[in-house]
This record gives sequence, structure tokens and C-alpha cells, in this order.
Amino acid sequence: MELTLWTYEGPPHVGAMRIASSMKDIHYVLHAPQGDTYADLLFTMIERRGQRPPVTYTTFQARDLGGDTAELVKKNIKEAVERFKPKTLLVGESCTAELIQDQPGALAKGMGFDMPIVNLELPAYSKKENWGASETFYQLTRTLLKEKVSSSEKISPLRWKELGRRPKVNILGPSLLGFRCRDDVIEIQRILSEQGIDTNVVAPLGASPDDIERLIDAEINICLYQEIAEASCEWLKRNFGMEYTNTIPIGIKNTIEFINEVHNKLDLPLTNKEELEHKSKLPWYSKSVDSNYLTGKRVFIFGDGTHAIAAAKIAKDELGFEVVGLGTYSREMARQVRATAKELNVEALITNNYLEVEDAMKKAAPELVLGTQMERHSAKRLGIPCSVISTPMHVQDVPARYSPQMGWEGANVIFDDWVHPLMMGLEEHLIDMFKHDFEFVDGHQSHLGHTATETKDLINSDDKKDNNPKEGIIWTESGRAELTKVPFFVRGKVKTNTEKFAILRGILEISDETLYDAKAYFN
Amino acid sequence: MSKVEFNKEAGPREVFCGLTSIVWLHRRMPDAFFLVVGSRTCAHLIQSAAGVMIFAEPRFGTAILEEKDLAGLADAHEELDRVVNDLIARRPEIKTLFLVGSCPSEVIKLDLATVAEKLNNRFLGQVRFVNYSGSGIETTFTQGEDGALKALIPLMESSNEEKLLLVGTLANNVEDRFKKIFGNLGISNVESFPPRQSTELPKIGKNTKVLLTQPYLSETVRDLKHRGCEIISAPFPLGIEGSTEWFLAAAKAFKISELKVHEIISPLINRAKLALESHKEILKGKRLFLLPESQLEISLARFLHNECEMDLIEVGTPYLNKELMKEEINLLPDNTKIVEGQHVEKQLDRVRESNPDLVVCGMGLANPLEAEGISTKWSIEMVFSPIHGIDQAADLAGLFSKPLKRNQILTSKTLVTH
Repeated sequence: MELTLWTYEGPPHVGAMRIASSMKDIHYVLHAPQGDTYADLLFTMIERRGQRPPVTYTTFQARDLGGDTAELVKKNIKEAVERFKPKTLLVGESCTAELIQDQPGALAKGMGFDMPIVNLELPAYSKKENWGASETFYQLTRTLLKEKVSSSEKISPLRWKELGRRPKVNILGPSLLGFRCRDDVIEIQRILSEQGIDTNVVAPLGASPDDIERLIDAEINICLYQEIAEASCEWLKRNFGMEYTNTIPIGIKNTIEFINEVHNKLDLPLTNKEELEHKSKLPWYSKSVDSNYLTGKRVFIFGDGTHAIAAAKIAKDELGFEVVGLGTYSREMARQVRATAKELNVEALITNNYLEVEDAMKKAAPELVLGTQMERHSAKRLGIPCSVISTPMHVQDVPARYSPQMGWEGANVIFDDWVHPLMMGLEEHLIDMFKHDFEFVDGHQSHLGHTATETKDLINSDDKKDNNPKEGIIWTESGRAELTKVPFFVRGKVKTNTEKFAILRGILEISDETLYDAKAYFN
Repeated sequence: MSKVEFNKEAGPREVFCGLTSIVWLHRRMPDAFFLVVGSRTCAHLIQSAAGVMIFAEPRFGTAILEEKDLAGLADAHEELDRVVNDLIARRPEIKTLFLVGSCPSEVIKLDLATVAEKLNNRFLGQVRFVNYSGSGIETTFTQGEDGALKALIPLMESSNEEKLLLVGTLANNVEDRFKKIFGNLGISNVESFPPRQSTELPKIGKNTKVLLTQPYLSETVRDLKHRGCEIISAPFPLGIEGSTEWFLAAAKAFKISELKVHEIISPLINRAKLALESHKEILKGKRLFLLPESQLEISLARFLHNECEMDLIEVGTPYLNKELMKEEINLLPDNTKIVEGQHVEKQLDRVRESNPDLVVCGMGLANPLEAEGISTKWSIEMVFSPIHGIDQAADLAGLFSKPLKRNQILTSKTLVTH
């Protein structure tokens, strides 16, 4: 049993709903009690969808449990098939139905329908949302293509040459409730098309079962989000020989590497290599003198595996930040996140507990947080600027304007989205600096409002979770005064370091000089 | 009783389960913690229904059952014990801990009553434990509050003091207004259940006169009757008419003359009628379809028809207690179609066929209906907004007139529609 106050991921059947809702001509019969219908609002409210998710909930009640819940399942399947006439039917159960073991998938298969039926077994007590989405997409692909496995030869990435046409690829992984998937797909298709590469199928977003059956018309697969598509890409590789890409095109370097990887796999000459460096404004914006102040900005990153890793690389290599924390809630991608963290000399935080993330954030004393909607709240409480880079998200993270994360435009969006909160952070700093001037209007605030931590709170706070060894140490008047002059966003860090230094040296009273001694020591 | 048409329907539903009521209950009682014993789905449901959580640590959480709890590898009761110990160590300010059953905990027959009893003994004098079920196999949305209140009744001491007990969660400002008005009427001993602090439970007995503020409390009412309380039969205090009848019923129980009531509330009524005018102008003659969710539907239909002159197409309710709703049903126009239960697909067919001007529905259905050109109002807002009482009548009407007004603005010829 695990105490959870808030969870980054929903249960695995919500992942299945993400696949079903992303696609056309699919219906999902979910053996579940009435309360599980809450999941519809994730799609209709957060994504502002104008269609209901294609899901029928069997809505069994306590009084049905003594009777025949299997009959109820069959009745709902029959009605759903008659009403929605899906081309493929997904059948599964949520956590409670898993316990009563009606095996709805097997029941559906015994009902004599012509359409393919995918039996989804998603263990609700051990797995989570992204795993459920990945498994559903995999089972669906497998069900719709397994008959073609034996009859088809292995697909060569060079087949397009024999066929005398442009190379074709599939873009796999984008789904509803994924981060900016809608726009990433457009950006990637545009980039591929400029390189003379056609998109065969995008799936699951916008695809129908017919499109899934057409996947093998392409030469290779683009695995755009490993969390969702890697299992399917791997199956397509094993059974049809289709190669797939590993580079996630977020940031300039990775976008160029992605284009290279696609060209290499297809054996397509890359003719516009120099041009690629100038496709996005990010490199110049980052180089322009105004961005000098970005150098060494301390950034804390937490999100899904794909976006957290990409953010860490951009932060370090393309914006010149210092990554002071990196973590993910995607246990499936823990290994990769750990590897990236090691390269950056930080310890990876792999957790589903947002309070642990907040604690780590506090300790790292960053100047910018890149995270999910929950890190936005934590950062707000700590008075640190934040930009959202990953699901789970809020309705405001689904903007009306075109705002991809991937490709050239994605890099532009990232520059703006990460740097603007810092500009405002700088404004906060200036307000802090000038607040003793007589022109200063009392109560003047930046966008951060009252949330930024006051020095006196920092000094007086007796956080019992903070294992800071500060017993017996006193801050003198001059020490306190000096600490208030430190910019608010590093004040916590300076305080901790100074106390650490004082203990190390056996200093009992911290004066302004101790502060400077500590500063020199830690430099 | 007016000639109302009763129907029952069964099938797939689109409603919240009783766990959702934790969202307003935990705000009402800031010294209580609600610990759901359930699955990741339960945790995800509450955080999704509550919207974005802006507080550091909420006063509700889920003890998520894992494979090993189900396989019998770990003793679920011991595991729960451990979670509760951790929780209390972390949140020592908690005075009452609700152990809330869920669909999975009910199906595996986790005995939360025994767990609560053991914990009560251990934490005697520090934290009180009560248990109830908010499971979706037994409860719909607001019924969760019914379960939580029922669970508190055994903790309420007995007293034969004469008092008026308002039962059902109210917004604090509305509660204050009500107490002031009752004071003016000469009823000064007024208490609320649930109280603002979980430890300040009112004492009850044969001289306790219960006046319900919410229509979804069937079980609570039954247990209060068993404790000797007198239940005052009245419509619910939504709108001017409902609130007036509600005050009159209370006054009658305390032998206060009707004249006195009218004297006190007439100025409020006049003021409220004036405030209601602009909303009525928009709502008048518009056709309303209410989908089932909160059990407030019948009272809302009565208000929107009788005071705002809307036409009622269908009034859905997840559950109908005819005895408790007697006074409300009497005030409904003849031939009102009430549908208890739901087959969401068939009901949406009827929505489309009847071409309503406004549909009251859950958040999962609102945008899809809007996309079809049908204006909607989310029902969850009714349980989060102060809508009770005469002074709030115009605000209540405003919840329904706003989407229509917006629709008028957006579909005027300055904007292209599609």
C-alpha cells in the first residue's frame, strides 16, 4: 500500500483511453463502475475536445455483483457495437473489474463479430498510464498486422529506391494528453517533407485501424515518443524488419541529429547540411549579447523521460545553463535519465512523489524550474520562475497558437518559454535591489507576487525536514544584513552553504565576513 | 402531489462517484483528513475533479492498493495501519481521519470498520477514526457526503436541548446569513452539521429539529430520526420560493407565526426579485434539459421553472427519494418528466431530439455538447458555489443565464459561427 496525495500518471486504462480517443473508428468498452467516467473530462476539459472519448463504461453496481456481471458486459458490448459501428473494438477493464475477473475481452471474442477485437489486459495494481498507452498501441498494432507477418518479406529501408518513389516513413507515438503532440506532428512532417521524405501514417493521433494496417507501406518508423511507441516500433522491427529512429528531435542539436539519423537509415544523401544550422532562431538568440545573463543559470528539471532528457541537453548545450537537478516520474525511462544525469554530474531523481521533487528543488536552489504542472505550483510556492515542459498538464498548457516542442519552431518556442520567466525573475531581482530607493513605491511587485521567500523567513524557518546541521549557530546583524543583499533566488543556497562552511570551520557566529569567506570557499 | 411523470432508466452512466464529495467536505472541516483506501484510479479521480491543486499538501489522499496487498502477500490491514501511522506522524494537526472505502476496497471486502475501531483505541484522545464508503458501485457524487455525515452521527452526544440543526454542507457565508435570519425570527439556537471543525459536532436528541439544506442526505436523515430528531419537511432553500417555504417550515416547527416570517424576509424577497429580473429576461421561455448528477436537479428545475420561467424538457436525477423530495415534487409543474438513473447514450439521443436551449450536465459532456451547438452548464459548479438562500437566488440564476448570454454574444453577426 502506498500513500499518494497526488499522482503524475493515471491508471493504465486511462492510457488505453488516450490511444482510443486519439484514433478514428475505434471504440473501447471498459468494464468499470460509474465513477471511472471522470476520465472523460481529461479529454473534454484539458484538451478542450469537442467529442466524447469513444468509451462505453459498463457501469456495474454493487447489486450486480451477486448476479451476472458477464451478461452486463455483453449487453454493453452489443449496444456499443450497434451504435458506434467501430472498425476495431478494444475491450478491457479498470481496477475494480480486474478483481471480479469477468474477462470481458474473451466474452467479446465469443460474440461473433466480424471486426478485429483487441483484448486489453492492463494490470491496474502494478502499472500506470504511459505503460497502458504503450501496451494498448502495441496490442492494437499487433492485432491488426499479425496476419501479414508471415506473408511479407522484411522491409528494407532502401525499398523506396527500388519502387522509384520518395521514401515514406511513419510517425509513431503522438497521442492526446501528450505534451504538444498536435503541433510536434506538423513540425516533424514539415521537416521531413523539406528533405524529400513523405509521411505514410501518423499514429495513434488521427489514425484509423485502416491506417494501422498500412503501416508496412513505409520504409522506416519515426519513434517520436518512446513512452508510447517504442514497444510497437520494436514489434514492427522484429516482424517486418522496419528500422526505427532513436533520436528525439527536441532542440537544435537533436533535430539535426534526427535528420541525419533518418537520412542514414534511408540512405538518402543530406544535401542541405549547412542550411539546417539556420532554420531556427534559437542559436542566434542564445548567442546574442542580451543572452549573456543566461550563462550558468541554475535550472532544475523534472518531467516525463523524453522531455526531461531533451530539456537537460538543451539547457546545457544550447542555452548555457547549469543543470542542478534532473528527474523523472517515468520509471520505464529511469535508466536513460540516470545516464543523462551522470553526464551532467547530478544525481537523477526517480520518483512519483511530488513532495520529494519539491524538497529536491528547494535543496538545489535553482533559478529556473522546468517541470510538469505540479512543479509549476511547487516553484510558485518557492518563488522560482517555472516553465512547463511535460505532462501532466493544465488546460493552459494546451495553447491555441502553434507551439511545438520539436524541430525548428519547437526550439524557438522553447527559447521564449524558458527565457521569458527568467526575464521576469530578473525584474524581481531589480525590484529587490532598488526597494530601498526613495522612489520605490511600497507594495510594488513583479508577477511573482508575494510568493518569493523573505530573508527573515529563511533565517527564522525551522524546517524539521531540513537536515541542516545549524544547532548553535547564530546569524549576527551584519551577517543578516549581508544575506538580504543576496538575490532572492540564490539566497537559500547561500544561507545553506554559509552554515555548512561555519560548521566545517567551527564558527559559531556568522558575520558578513563569514559570508564572503564561505563564498570564496565554495567557488 | 402534482401530476409528475416518473421514469426509471438503466445503462451506462456518465457521473462521478461518491469520492468526489471529499473535495468540498475537506474544505468544510479543515481539521479532518480523508484517506481513500483504493486504487490509482481513485487518486486520479479526486485530483482531476478537484482541478489543479494549489496547496502544498492536501488534506486528502489515497492509500493505493498494490499487487501484494491483493495477492495476500501483505496483510492489507497491517499495511493500512502503517500508512495511517506515517500520515499521523506527518500531519499531527489532524483531529478526525475518515477512512473512505472505494470500489476495489468494497469488492475485496476490506473491513474498514474494524480497522477504524482498532485505530480509535490506539489513538484515543488524539485522533478519531470514522469510516464510510464513497465507492462508485454504491454511491453517486453527492451521496458521498451522505455517507460521511452518517458515519459521524454515532460520535454525536445526546442532548435534549431544543435546537435547530441545519444538515448538509453550506458555504460559510451562506451559513452565517441563515443563522442571522433565524436569529431575527427568534430561533437563536442554530447549529450546523457538518460543523466547521470536525471535533465540534452538535449534540442531538428528541428536541433537535432537523432542517435539510441539501437534498442528497437520505441515510443521514434516517439515522438522525433513529436518534430521536424531528425532521422538518420542507423544500430546499434554493431560489426565493424554496428558501421562503424552508424558513416558513422551520418557523412552524418552532411555533413562530407566518406573519413574523414574512415581516423579516419580505425585504429580502423584494430585493432578490429585483436582482433576479435581468436573469429572468434571458432565461424566460428557454427550454432546459437536466442530466443526472448531483441530486440537486429537481430543486433546480423547480427554481428555474417557477421563478425564471424556463420550460422543462427532462429532469434527470441519479437517485430519487420520493419521501424526501415530496415538497419539491409538489411545487413542480404538471407533466414534468423526471428520469431516475441513466442510459447516457439514450439520454443524449433525447437531448438532441428535443433541441434544448440549455443542458445541465457533467464536465465530460459539456464541451462535446457545446461543439454540437448546445449551450451547457456544468453541474459540479452547484456544489462549489454559494447558491442557497434568498440572497443568492440571483447568483443561482446567473449560473444558468451566463452560458446563454455568452452564446448570444458569440453568435451575433460580428462573429462567424460554424
